[in-house]
Amino acid sequence: METRGTRIGLGVATVAVIAFLWLPLLLIMAYAFNSSTIQSWPISGFTLHWFREAWHDPEVRRSVELSLKVGLAATAIALVLGTAAAAAIYRFRFFGREAVSFLLLLPIALPGIITGMALNSFFNFGGVQLSMWTIVAGHATFCVVIVYNNVLARLRRSSPSLIEASMDLGADGWQTFRWVIWPALSTALVAGGLLAFALSFDEVIVTTFTAGAQTTLPIVNAIVFVVILATVIPVTIAQRLTGDTGVLRRGAAASKAAAAATGGGAV
Amino acid sequence: MAVEERIEQSPERAAEPSGTPDVRLERVTKRFDDVVAVDDLSLEIERGSFFALLGPSGCGKTTTLRMIGGFEEPSAGVIYLGDHEVSGTPPYKRDVNTVFQSYALFPHLSIFENVAFGLRRKGTRGGNLKGKVEEMLDLVQLSGYGRRKPRQLSGGQQQRVALARALVNSPRVLLLDEPLGALDLKLRKEMQLFIKRLQHDVGITFIHVTHDQEEAMTMADRIAVMNRGKIEQLGGPDDLYERPQTAFVAGFLGISNLLTGEVSGRDTVRLGDGTTIRVRADALDGRSGRVAVGIRPEKIRPDDQDPNALQGVVRERAYIGVSTQYIVETRYGNVTVVVLNDRPGSIPHSPGDHLTLSWDPEATFILDPMEEPA
Ligand SMILES: Nc1ncnc2c1ncn2[C@@H]1O[C@H](COP(=O)(O)OP(=O)(O)O)[C@@H](O)[C@H]1O
Ligand SMILES: [Mg+2]
Repeated sequence: METRGTRIGLGVATVAVIAFLWLPLLLIMAYAFNSSTIQSWPISGFTLHWFREAWHDPEVRRSVELSLKVGLAATAIALVLGTAAAAAIYRFRFFGREAVSFLLLLPIALPGIITGMALNSFFNFGGVQLSMWTIVAGHATFCVVIVYNNVLARLRRSSPSLIEASMDLGADGWQTFRWVIWPALSTALVAGGLLAFALSFDEVIVTTFTAGAQTTLPIVNAIVFVVILATVIPVTIAQRLTGDTGVLRRGAAASKAAAAATGGGAV
Repeated sequence: MAVEERIEQSPERAAEPSGTPDVRLERVTKRFDDVVAVDDLSLEIERGSFFALLGPSGCGKTTTLRMIGGFEEPSAGVIYLGDHEVSGTPPYKRDVNTVFQSYALFPHLSIFENVAFGLRRKGTRGGNLKGKVEEMLDLVQLSGYGRRKPRQLSGGQQQRVALARALVNSPRVLLLDEPLGALDLKLRKEMQLFIKRLQHDVGITFIHVTHDQEEAMTMADRIAVMNRGKIEQLGGPDDLYERPQTAFVAGFLGISNLLTGEVSGRDTVRLGDGTTIRVRADALDGRSGRVAVGIRPEKIRPDDQDPNALQGVVRERAYIGVSTQYIVETRYGNVTVVVLNDRPGSIPHSPGDHLTLSWDPEATFILDPMEEPA
């Protein structure tokens, strides 16, 4: 039972956490429009000057271009590998199944720098030149997990009897995929892809501008503003897509109710 | 009759000699690791019949059904659909459709498209498709619901969509796995009669799995009572109830009173204290030695009007509305008696009353004696 006190306490805590996460971001986003180069509150005047500067800065351009390419490539790889891994884990019981699941999830928990260092020495060891593709490989490690998690969650939520029903009604493996599995998975794939892209996209820019740092601060603010939007928008869409699965959830609830009813219905 | 004509027979089915069973299982066994789910089971199901597999949870009903549908392969034994052996044939090539316990309607498709799913896979298109689907929706009293999504329908309606989706393919056999399990009691009773009528109208063989003996008896022409992967007894509802052959069947289909004794003649059994009771000669069937005589509670009268009589004292009384149930203590243990409350103002017997119980020898059945009664 939750009392009025705990409810208020939880409410306050939630607001505090959200403020902690979002206030710095909102502050930086506001500075992007600051007409002064000195960051002080309140901002001295409104300007779009820094956005123009950023747009014409060749270095910024190059890094945004790179981010886009890396993000798209990493997402594409993640969609293929993540889906395949989820399908295998869901469908087959094999030796080491739990271990595979654990190994896939690990990169999220490890600090990015560890993964980066590990990959770096791996590439050095193999004599691979650092390039866009080595960055893609690095990003794919966590993008795969995102897609994998989304697809696996969707698979687990949809009833296996849908596949049997489809086969029962004369659909072979391919037709069942085309008409039953794909429609159920497609939104999970789009959501997973968007999330993966959002994660990858900001990574490059953040790296460039926290490491390089010859760029003047207000330009960075403008870039941060764009990056935040480029992250928030796909994540929001992804949230909506994964939330819109009432149908599948209802299906699962119905079968659970059925199981309960037949379990207890005997006289 | 009209409906029967609408359901087309496949040419393959029409060519079979009449009397070929629609489904035949020959010594089928299914093992899961160390569990024997179905144990050397043989079974024939006559064309056009309503057949029920009845038994407690875990006795292997679903596994049997899934082997007929092609979702599991037998570990041993052979399954025939008509005169075709179907080992290794995948579900989508079997002339069988299933109504799943959870309905398994496709959530992203409309009701129309759910019902059309099987026809589309077979290449039916256009007006022919539309006509068949609508006819089927009409048959399950859901015309006008075609554009809705499954989630917009009640449980009973979803159930009928699942029936339509399977029947529209006019399969050789329709498999139903506890199809009414998720419905409340009142709706379940309605659907029992609805499905029975539907089966009668379409003339397709139905195999219905249930753990509810009343449901099986209401719906089926023939019932196989299963226990631990085997068929204990197969027969019509009245055979099973009036003439159970094993204690398990007798107990599963209702309450029965069992008196143990020694066969003392063509149609007599002598109880422990020397009292002789008369039984059905054909039930005794030349047996000798110890047997258990069974009598259903409603076959016993609380008076001495029938040939077999027993003295006892009422211990408990439960008023059930349509009837009253008494537990009567006798020399042979407690006997359950059910008396119909069919007369206004009839005076019930009270705990402590002495009572004479009697029954007709025709109402008895004979089982192997049990280990000493618990
Ligand atoms: N896929 C499976 N793997 C392992 N054991 C199973 C599987 N399916 C069924 N069983 C076992 O087989 C037995 C019969 O199950 P089932 O056919 O579902 O019974 P029922 O439908 O009569 O309740 C049970 O002991 C069950 O646990
Ligand atoms: Mg079952």
